Amino acid sequence: MRALVWHGKQDIRCDNVPDPRIEQPRDAIIRVTSCAICGSDLHLYDNFMPGMKNGDIMGHETMGVVEEVGPDCTNLKKGDRVVIPFTIICGECDQCRRGNFSVCERSNRNKDMADKVFGHTTAGLFGYTHLTGGYPGGQAEYLRVPFADKTHIKVPSSLSDEQVLFLSDIFPTGWQAAVQCDIQPTDTVAIWGCGPVGQMAIRSAVLLGAKQVIAIDNVPERLSMARAGGATTLNFSEDSIVERLNELTGGKGPEKCIDAVGMEAHATATIDSMYDRAKQAVMLETDRPHVLREMMYVCRPAGVLSIPGVYGGLLDKIPFGMAMNKGLTIRMGQTHVNRWSDDLLRRIEQGQIDPSFVITHRVGLEQGPEMYKTFRDKLDSCIKVVIRP
Amino acid sequence: MSGRAARRRGERRADTTLGLAQGLGWFSIGLGLAELLAPHAVSRSLGLRGHEKLIAGYGVREIVAGVGILASRDPTPWIWGRVAGDALDIGTLAGGLATGRGRERGNAGLAIAAVAGVTLLDVLCGRALGERKITERKRLARDYGDRRGMPKPAEAMRGAARDFEVPRDFRIPDPLRPWGSAA
Ligand SMILES: NC(=O)c1ccc[n+]([C@@H]2O[C@H](COP(=O)([O-])OP(=O)(O)OC[C@H]3O[C@@H](n4cnc5c(N)ncnc54)[C@H](O)[C@@H]3O)[C@@H](O)[C@H]2O)c1
Ligand SMILES: [Zn+2]
Ligand SMILES: [Zn+2]
Repeated sequence: MRALVWHGKQDIRCDNVPDPRIEQPRDAIIRVTSCAICGSDLHLYDNFMPGMKNGDIMGHETMGVVEEVGPDCTNLKKGDRVVIPFTIICGECDQCRRGNFSVCERSNRNKDMADKVFGHTTAGLFGYTHLTGGYPGGQAEYLRVPFADKTHIKVPSSLSDEQVLFLSDIFPTGWQAAVQCDIQPTDTVAIWGCGPVGQMAIRSAVLLGAKQVIAIDNVPERLSMARAGGATTLNFSEDSIVERLNELTGGKGPEKCIDAVGMEAHATATIDSMYDRAKQAVMLETDRPHVLREMMYVCRPAGVLSIPGVYGGLLDKIPFGMAMNKGLTIRMGQTHVNRWSDDLLRRIEQGQIDPSFVITHRVGLEQGPEMYKTFRDKLDSCIKVVIRP
Repeated sequence: MSGRAARRRGERRADTTLGLAQGLGWFSIGLGLAELLAPHAVSRSLGLRGHEKLIAGYGVREIVAGVGILASRDPTPWIWGRVAGDALDIGTLAGGLATGRGRERGNAGLAIAAVAGVTLLDVLCGRALGERKITERKRLARDYGDRRGMPKPAEAMRGAARDFEVPRDFRIPDPLRPWGSAA
């Protein structure tokens, strides 16, 4: 089959690779009908995430039709239409039973490595680092789904691929980012980053009833999409973010702050961003936490920082004392996709939201490598790429 | 002023900025080679005797920055890297000013003035590169003002999902609720 394969920094190719086979009794194989490129893939593309190997198949936002099932995968059958969450879940361990699916204790087949690096293992993920199992991803014609009896979301034929595909990741991720804020009707929610995750977080915060949603980025077309969703926008290349956020909240700062940017925050013309750039270039620091610092500074005391943005390793110059003394609550993590998926599927069916609004590019698998570059560099007003293998 | 003339002027300005960046790249490499190949001569003249290893290290840093600027598609981060390096240089030179003798102090003073001058160029170049990207973006940006994703305007959709019950483990303890939202 054809698949998008990682060969090193900024080197992804459309290769011919062996078809996946059933390996475990709970496996299923799906024929991929749609998949997407995610901001998390960009961290792998730019080689900021440790633990990738030459030959790894990319992709964790995938849906398709069941082709084949293992003997113990009894609740799926050939022909079923499913969206595959990016977190692989056993559904039975202590964490899964609590709904903490992204830290499933059993699905990471490289648990020993993860135990050493993280202290305790987290869930297995598709198309991601070997620290999370190194499972082949879904930017391919076929995908093997481990623990498939739990790791799926069945979707009705009345909805199109594009309407439900993002249940795999970015919609629940934006939703969980907002849920982590426990939004009250009097809240101002400030969201850094208007990429696909930021866009979903904006709509989620509006639907959950925030009084005011403020979105921050410097890419004009992304800001226009943020405004369409009901956000007031700030451009960090033109506005002083701290000053403007204080102005918009009567001098008190936003109650809730969401980091939908992660470890590759763009340098702004501030001293700390330059410092991060320089340190990352000489490998003294892995991540560029400019956004985190800004959130800690501007957030209202006793407020909440919600962090869906992905970080990979060591962060420097985090004003932790400031966060502690202000009594901030910090919530973060990979998304517990299946915890929210039934509710969100219902909201799509009821027409409360149609997540396909974010798609700007539709291509075949061959154009995948070129689309990584287009998405990363925000060329051609690209916000979200969907691939039909 | 016609749009085309303005654009042409914008392009010319972009070219000068890229030219400046390239110049700074070559300057980095030249200075780096001097520091790397003649660390003794450099440190002696600046009153930094005993810091030869450090100077040679700075030389490597300059060369890396220079190659980065010349070889990368986007020199912006490397230029900002140079700004950080300039700060290091000034700090080190200030040491020479404090410990050097007579002519060496003079040399260190001159070098600080020179580095400060180059720092200014670096900052201006970094800024101009940034602005260039912004104007370029604005010119090409598509307007997604119609991509609402919800059936009605945000004002009408606000709170449509209030039926959602935030799970207990995601709720913020009451005493930690910000004022105003404690409702
Ligand atoms: N927690 C999860 O489960 C989960 C799931 C999906 C994605 N993610 C992460 O969420 C983040 C965003 O993903 P995405 O798909 O939207 O990616 P993206 O790269 O398209 O979006 C990031 C946006 O942040 C903006 N940005 C950069 N620096 C900024 C700054 N200083 N201030 C404000 N905005 C800034 C960029 O211009 C860009 O529009 C990534 O880190 C991704 O890995 C996490
Ligand atoms: Zn993702
Ligand atoms: Zn589990």
